[in-house]
Amino acid sequence: MSRLAACFDKLKAENKTALVPYVAAGDPNPSVTVPLMHHMVENGANIIELGVPFSDPMADGPTIQLSMERALVHHTGLHNVLDMVKEFRIKDQETPVVLMGYLNPIERMGYVPFAEAASIAGVDGVLTVDLPPEEGCDLVAAMNDNALNGIFLIAPTTINERMGKIAEVGSGFLYYVSLKGVTGSNILDVDEVANKLANIRSITDLPLGVGFGIKDAESAIAVSKVADAVIVGSAIVKKIESNADNEAAILQEIGELLAAMRQGMDTA
Amino acid sequence: MNAIPDLHSIDWNNFPDKNGHFGQYGGCFAAETLMEAIESLRNAYESLKNDPGFQAEFDKDLAHYVGRPSPLYHAERWSRELGGAQIYLKREDLNHTGAHKINNTIGQALLAKHMGKKRIIAETGAGQHGVASATIAARLGLECIVYMGELDVARQAPNVYRMKLLGAEVRPVSSGSKTLKDALNEAMRDWVTYVDETFYIIGTVAGPHPYPMMVRDFQSVIGREAREQCLTQTGRLPDALVACVGGGSNAIGLFHPFLADTDVKIYGVEAAGDGVKTGRHAAPLCAGEPGVLHGNRTYIMDDSDGQIIETHSVSAGLDYPGVGPEHSWLKDIGRANYVSVTDDEAMEGFHGLTRIEGIIPALESSHALAYVMKLAPTMSPDQNIVVNLSGRGDKDINTVAALEGITL
Repeated sequence: MSRLAACFDKLKAENKTALVPYVAAGDPNPSVTVPLMHHMVENGANIIELGVPFSDPMADGPTIQLSMERALVHHTGLHNVLDMVKEFRIKDQETPVVLMGYLNPIERMGYVPFAEAASIAGVDGVLTVDLPPEEGCDLVAAMNDNALNGIFLIAPTTINERMGKIAEVGSGFLYYVSLKGVTGSNILDVDEVANKLANIRSITDLPLGVGFGIKDAESAIAVSKVADAVIVGSAIVKKIESNADNEAAILQEIGELLAAMRQGMDTA
Repeated sequence: MNAIPDLHSIDWNNFPDKNGHFGQYGGCFAAETLMEAIESLRNAYESLKNDPGFQAEFDKDLAHYVGRPSPLYHAERWSRELGGAQIYLKREDLNHTGAHKINNTIGQALLAKHMGKKRIIAETGAGQHGVASATIAARLGLECIVYMGELDVARQAPNVYRMKLLGAEVRPVSSGSKTLKDALNEAMRDWVTYVDETFYIIGTVAGPHPYPMMVRDFQSVIGREAREQCLTQTGRLPDALVACVGGGSNAIGLFHPFLADTDVKIYGVEAAGDGVKTGRHAAPLCAGEPGVLHGNRTYIMDDSDGQIIETHSVSAGLDYPGVGPEHSWLKDIGRANYVSVTDDEAMEGFHGLTRIEGIIPALESSHALAYVMKLAPTMSPDQNIVVNLSGRGDKDINTVAALEGITL
């Protein structure tokens, strides 16, 4: 069984929702990333979403864009990200790691070499923001051959027919983008998310993650009642942004945010 | 590598295929949040493009608002001076707003109107596409927001002011390299956020399908007219076509109606900046490799990690690390030749045409002219070259003056 499937099964048995923090690898510098990943797991993260820095992150808002720019100052590329996952796996063989990024770095490495290297490094899933299922056959095939889950997005504007196609191609979980707009957007309507998720569940049995707009324990709790995974991106990255020179503060503040979310989600 | 097809047996109208592919290039590489908007754009365009009413509306605007057909002008003195082929200039610089960009913005704005969109957004490099978008927005009474890299805002100040006069809001983009690619990123972000009410007018043959096809179709009026004018004026088709290539919309507009005329040689001219060997250039077809950027697979400029690298050109309109996917395909199958000229060579083209023909060309178009200066002398006086004079140079006089140490 894949790490992602095992993770969702275990949480389901415990009646819990997965907490999934996102950080861009290499932000604010490459030496922080692996200790931060461990620290996030210690504070309640169930799955780590690791951003692969890209020079032109078109679907991300200013917070994640700046995060990638900080990582790129240190030239954190896809092969460095895979090395970080490999290092993370020395101590942690259980927590799933999902890479999230854009297609061009994978194009440059080549689909098959990438899938092989990612699998060996201990990556579990890959979400490529600018790769819709229609264009994704070759990459998904390479990932399937290497026991990697191809994770796809569903948007508020996605019609049911497309959802069916996306659910067919995707595996591991589906990522529901809870807002129109880029990452770091503001207003989250939980009732609307609940309706949409009920609709998606009528189409697929895959676990459903919800991201975009979750910024504190309160919104995490609200979403955890309807989703299988709560994905927190910009709120985490902002802690790095405001403490870019202070590694201890980054770990502490992100740990506190996740612990509060974890506790709230488990007791709500 | 895909096998290269026989150029005589290609049905050029079958490209792109229904998913927007030109061979391995093009396609639709967009975030899920945009897929529905792209789908409805594709449907709207498919249903309108063969609609006689829509075509008539478009043709009427091209005739009476833009001033088409634009002349095909025999630059006799310059031809003599260069001592080779006869040079014909397709005068897109004489269009309303001073460049070819208006052909496409009118087409897309009419589409926006038919789709009931009240808000249009655009990205711009040199500012020509921004001005053209602001112009048509003013005329149709649409809200218009133009994204422009900070660096370009500084070097194209007259166009920024023009857009403001026309009622558009110009939003400077300070991320990344602060040029055209970053403006495109920011426009995409805007589109994702305000997707219901917004129509994104992309200014070149880039972006996800159907943009490369749609922009080409709107710009192909250039080549259709040039073909007819050439037959009328010279009694035959030209021997060569030359156009500058940034994203490549003026070039594909000239080239496309001639693709089946395989005896007509085609030259796309990229910006070599300080020289292709220096790395400071904007010539993805000459020095890049296939990758995925801004919604399509095409030749791009990136590093070994797949990060897009900064480009350089004296011309803001050519300062872009990607290129329209159809050009990538035409390069691979050998139908078009892609070459490059440096900033310095482009300046020679600029001054040459200005002094000898009394026409001040845009710095973008000056790249095509600079290549004509190399090509014409290798041809005989009974041969003809059609070069796309895609825009006028008024917007560039500050840049040119600064290069010569003059402050205006």
